[in-house]
Amino acid sequence: MKYQNDELLNEFSPQQIEELDRTIEKFKGEPGGLIPLLEATQGLLGYLPITVQKRISYKTNTPISRIYGIITFYSFFSMTPRGKHTLRVCLGTACYVRGGKEITEVIEKEFNVKPGETTADNTFTYETVRCLGACGLSPVIVVDEEVHGRVKPSDVKDLLNQYKK
Amino acid sequence: MYKTCKEDLIQIKKETLQKKELSENKKRIKIIVHMGTCGIASGAQIIMDTLHYEIKRKKSEDVIVSISGCMGLCSREPLITVKIIGQEPIVYQHMDKSKTLEVFNSHIIEGKVVAKYALARGTEEQIKQRITNNGKLSGELVLDNTIPGIEEIPFFTNQEIRVLKNRGIINPEKIEDYISRDGYLGMAKALEEMSPEGIIQEIIDSGLKGRGGAGFPTGIKWRFAARAESKDKFVLCNADEGDPGAYMDRSILEGDPHSVIEGMIIAAKAIGANQGYIYCRAEYPLAIKMLKKAINQAKQYGLLGKNILNTGFNFELKIYQGAGAFVCGEETALMRSIEGKRGMPRPRPPFPANAGLWEKPTVLNNVETLANISQIILKGSNWFSNIGTELSKGTKVFALTGDINNIGLVEVPIGTSLHTIIYEIGGGVPDGKKFKTAQIGGPSGGCIPAEHLNVSLDYHTVKQLGAIMGSGGLIAMNEDKCAVDIARFFMEFCHEESCGKCTPCREGTKRILEILTNICEGKGKEGDIELLEEMGETMKDASLCALGQTAPNPVLTTLRYFRDEYEAHIKHKRCPAGVCRNLTKYSIDPEKCIGCGLCRKACPTDAISGEKKQYHKIDQNRCIQCGLCFETCKFNAIKKN
Repeated sequence: MKYQNDELLNEFSPQQIEELDRTIEKFKGEPGGLIPLLEATQGLLGYLPITVQKRISYKTNTPISRIYGIITFYSFFSMTPRGKHTLRVCLGTACYVRGGKEITEVIEKEFNVKPGETTADNTFTYETVRCLGACGLSPVIVVDEEVHGRVKPSDVKDLLNQYKK
Repeated sequence: MYKTCKEDLIQIKKETLQKKELSENKKRIKIIVHMGTCGIASGAQIIMDTLHYEIKRKKSEDVIVSISGCMGLCSREPLITVKIIGQEPIVYQHMDKSKTLEVFNSHIIEGKVVAKYALARGTEEQIKQRITNNGKLSGELVLDNTIPGIEEIPFFTNQEIRVLKNRGIINPEKIEDYISRDGYLGMAKALEEMSPEGIIQEIIDSGLKGRGGAGFPTGIKWRFAARAESKDKFVLCNADEGDPGAYMDRSILEGDPHSVIEGMIIAAKAIGANQGYIYCRAEYPLAIKMLKKAINQAKQYGLLGKNILNTGFNFELKIYQGAGAFVCGEETALMRSIEGKRGMPRPRPPFPANAGLWEKPTVLNNVETLANISQIILKGSNWFSNIGTELSKGTKVFALTGDINNIGLVEVPIGTSLHTIIYEIGGGVPDGKKFKTAQIGGPSGGCIPAEHLNVSLDYHTVKQLGAIMGSGGLIAMNEDKCAVDIARFFMEFCHEESCGKCTPCREGTKRILEILTNICEGKGKEGDIELLEEMGETMKDASLCALGQTAPNPVLTTLRYFRDEYEAHIKHKRCPAGVCRNLTKYSIDPEKCIGCGLCRKACPTDAISGEKKQYHKIDQNRCIQCGLCFETCKFNAIKKN
């Protein structure tokens, strides 16, 4: 346990680790509780590195291979730290047909990132998503939980600069 | 905890309706701000805040502001409906802060409608009445008739609203609103007056088929689960609407969540289940919020939980959030996901009706399917089956998007023709472009070309054309879209989302994607088309689940209807639609070019040359087909191919 604690303390504060343990207790024992636990943990710590997976594995008596398998299967989970904001560009059919691809090109050129990567200044983690269900407003981008519709490639830079402050 | 019985429901309905009635001495004016995700993203919150501020400032105590989910006409968001007592309601479109202020001062304070911002007179619910009464309802003064009556707008009149009956009307955060529209009375009938077999027979008689895409008869599915012997059974709602381009379920979850809850309770009674889950994708935070609130309110009223309506029937309902995997919309994968595992499908048999969630008998139904149940029970199976086609009864909600004027959510009787949906409801293709194809059924579906516009859309006819009805995504595409590129787009999606468990899907999606990408880049070769067809058929036969079995559909239908485009790409290295960069040749039309030089300046590789006021030329050796000149030219002088 001490070895684990030392590892965790490299990345997280003691308070965060305490909260992590509390979260694990909350979902432990709930049937099918592993995925909600990982979602809550990601909400708390921002990402799910191996050190956190080890902790969860130990405390829930779950093989770490299972935890790793779930994190790498579902696209919502991340093993690397994320930017301050999550930027998602919808590439569902309707958005694709109405210019979604051009928006990804502007972002990739302007911010020098590929899907899944975080900008150098840590402001945005950039992802492409398949359909947010806001097809009436295509093309759509979402920053955190704020949905922006009818986005033109020429508007993207200004729209994203708002979040830099 | 409030213990409700059926009489209480009827009382709540009466009281709520009375409270909502406008009156001369209390609330004279009601404004509804339509606030689904799209409305909010278009600025509806600002409109709401503006209205609240103005009402406070002007001390307008006779005005009430309410919210509802979306009205379905997404292309005109944000929308508000203004109703003054004794006058017909007016729906306003494309609203913003300054227009709201204008409407507030002119229409609400001074009683003068602002025609230039108005979409229609009357609400969707009034359409049939307005037609019968020639556009004038008793007790409603006709206002400015330069504004079309809602019954004159084809987008609305060609729809048949049944499952979406509460849209634009109720506040989804108020259970009393739902009850005032006969909410939970279907459940009361099912729990108090019907046997499980009676409920199942009613659903079978209605002809309701699963609205999630597979179209399996709902009543039959329930019967299998009812017959399975087990102490524990489950009812699940598939709210993992992952098809790109489909958002029918989102609209129902956000705007009318109780309709789903009520449907689930009735299903639970029918099969003998006492627990349920709604599996909702994480990409729908507003839907999850509305569901959580609705479940809490239903619990408070004793309509969920132990001893519902004092009938002794128990049903506990929880929400389970997805984590971004399309394959979890597949029923067995969804159940693995709730169990806390990777969402990988399983072979069937055993079918979930016998061994589903935690190996117990489970029924999984789609959101729209469940939202239909209560009305079928309350109004009878005949009411449901009196529209539709011989083999497919009832209505279907479609999300109509893409290259279409009236982007929105439409509910039509099954059997409505594609032509009616695209042209009468959809208002046709914008910018004078020609209609090329409608993609139906998402990544599992196919393309229906212009020559089949008159097809009546039902589960059977669409299948014969090589596509599937799917969950309701219907994407119109104009002549500028490349059929090969669209097939590639869908295969890329399926490849990313494939769980990897079975070889035909894991390897098939990867290799088909490689071939399509090569074709789009000009590296296609003789034999590619035959290989695509062979691999497609193999995947259909041998994949473990519907993701792999249907992934080849976009490729196979585009090959069926647009084979010439594939051949142009492969044999002539040409993209007729001008989409695939490497295969599109840009040239300048000497008759239209006025030599302004804008394209020359825009070109990143200096491929354009020409003197001022003289016709310019593109050097094909330097051109990288980026398309910047095409976008820059104001004289339509740049031609593709």
